[in-house]
Amino acid sequence: MKTVFKRTPTLKDCPTHYCPGCGHGIAHRLIAEVIDELDIRDRTIGIAPVGCAVLAYDYLDVDMVEVAHGRPPAVATGMKRTNPDKIIFSYQGDGDLASIGAAEILHAGHRGEQITVIFINNAVYGMTGGQMAPTTMIDQVTATTPKGRIASEQGYPLQVSELLATLPGTIYIERCALSGAAAVRKTKKAIKHAFELQVSGAEGLSLVEVLSPCPTYWRMTPAEAMEWIEKQMTKVFPLGRLKDSV
Amino acid sequence: MSPVVHSTKKKGTEEKGQSSNGAGERVLMCGNEALAEAAIIAGCDAYFGYPITPQNEITAYMSRRMPEEGRVFVQSESELAAISMVFGASATGKRAMTSSSSPGISLMQEGISYLAGAELPAVVVNVMRGGPGLGNIAPSQADYFQATRGGGHGDYRTIVLGPSSVQELVDCMPLAFDLADQYRMTVMVLADGILGQMMEPIVLDKKPRRALPLKEWALTGAKGREQNIVRSLWLKEGVLEELNYKLKAKYEQVEKDEVLCEQYEVDDAEIVVVAYGVAARIVQGAVNKAREEGIQAGWIRPITLWPFPTEQISRAADEFRIFLTVEMSNGQMVEDVKLAIAGKAPVVFYGRPGGGVPTVDEIFDKIKQLTLRPKTQDNRAKNENGI
Repeated sequence: MKTVFKRTPTLKDCPTHYCPGCGHGIAHRLIAEVIDELDIRDRTIGIAPVGCAVLAYDYLDVDMVEVAHGRPPAVATGMKRTNPDKIIFSYQGDGDLASIGAAEILHAGHRGEQITVIFINNAVYGMTGGQMAPTTMIDQVTATTPKGRIASEQGYPLQVSELLATLPGTIYIERCALSGAAAVRKTKKAIKHAFELQVSGAEGLSLVEVLSPCPTYWRMTPAEAMEWIEKQMTKVFPLGRLKDSV
Repeated sequence: MSPVVHSTKKKGTEEKGQSSNGAGERVLMCGNEALAEAAIIAGCDAYFGYPITPQNEITAYMSRRMPEEGRVFVQSESELAAISMVFGASATGKRAMTSSSSPGISLMQEGISYLAGAELPAVVVNVMRGGPGLGNIAPSQADYFQATRGGGHGDYRTIVLGPSSVQELVDCMPLAFDLADQYRMTVMVLADGILGQMMEPIVLDKKPRRALPLKEWALTGAKGREQNIVRSLWLKEGVLEELNYKLKAKYEQVEKDEVLCEQYEVDDAEIVVVAYGVAARIVQGAVNKAREEGIQAGWIRPITLWPFPTEQISRAADEFRIFLTVEMSNGQMVEDVKLAIAGKAPVVFYGRPGGGVPTVDEIFDKIKQLTLRPKTQDNRAKNENGI
């Protein structure tokens, strides 16, 4: 019998703690595949965020660190500057990157740190119980926006990728989604490109934003969540390459 | 600004971590620049910092010298980021440091707590200024509680060194890096605005490193081994409790082995003045003056503020004498002095908060006031009656 699909070595052989229909498992797998395809496992260091993916090191079989909320880009800076030969990536959610760590990602991009950022945007704080994130959509009901997000009170969803693309220090910014097979393949391509840039020594920060489903806190079935990404989220967070200056 | 006498030695001829401008020569430097150069000699691989007075000379000096040595300097966007950068470099096994002054150190407490949880080595210099809040930029010792009690959240300790001269500040740096690596802890060098700004003649010597454990935990890419994970989150029941017991055992070892303290003329003293850092320099002048006037005075100077020289101070209190604690604060270390003495002798406090610096005469007057007794009476009796 011919094997047509198998686990990639850098993805550990274990169940995850993620909810049914969550996008983190897919995103982890894509990163693991890219690391294996580029053959960089033995020089890669990953950074797990505070949030649902805090235990990413339980699933990704590379050297990893878990750091304070929002600080991955600063930690990555400390790692990459002292270890220019290593491949450093951070894996961050929207609360981590776009709210409490807004200064860190902005300035890592501003300094042109040669790191790769995987930014998982699911429009809520997952681990703490589905509160409003900076990326929460207008009218989206969350634990802290019981009547839905109202722009006049809570502001608009923050388009971090567009913001970061304006910085001379960022070299590659792309927004992808996990909403279907084709979208997942595109996401993998983007993640691979972001890692390749770092491997090649390209001078600047690369970031892939991944629109990812959170059926639990969107109060939807996994299938509905995928559809919501395509029909609703992409209106505010349009997919595509925002910057590729290399 | 920089008064360094630069060595004529060729650069790059010495082992990394041992090369330095001016190494081994007597030079005149301000404390901030001197400690920076001492850190370079001690093998600091990376410095991350954010501007704040009165320690800006460190950042400026490092921005010039670290690249010269082929090492890392980054001016961070905040103190939160600076300590996180230290965290990142340290997680990969590098010797990393940051420096700041009081308000900035408050921001760094997040990172220091994470460093403690993840058991990562780090060196943090606090050139203290007056507080609370934005306070002022005058010298102060008001961060003693914050430094010696941990400062951030959770059950942890940092080793705290309290040098009292620029030379001792210089000597603290290699010790700080060694202690950090040996115990996988944050070592805080607690200086103040005077020490940072004051120029004194110093010798920048190369010190042999302690025998240090290999950093097998470091994140270097999992080449030919299982993955390493540096973390501080332990959700499973009982695991974090175990970690805390492990940390406790480590801290007890530090308390047993690493106490540093200096004392002077304590044996026959009827009054012992306890002070650290710059305050101890002023106290020394006051005690000398008291001796000249026939007052039996001595001093004890804690060099490690944590671990605190509890035993040394307790021993000094086995014979009845008055203890005067002098600090540039409203009284913080005095609590540790009282704990050490445990009621065996009276402990009096004299301090100047908010950037105030006591003079030799102020302290001398206090000594005189506390020891002024009719000469005919027995010492012991008079103390019991008088205080």
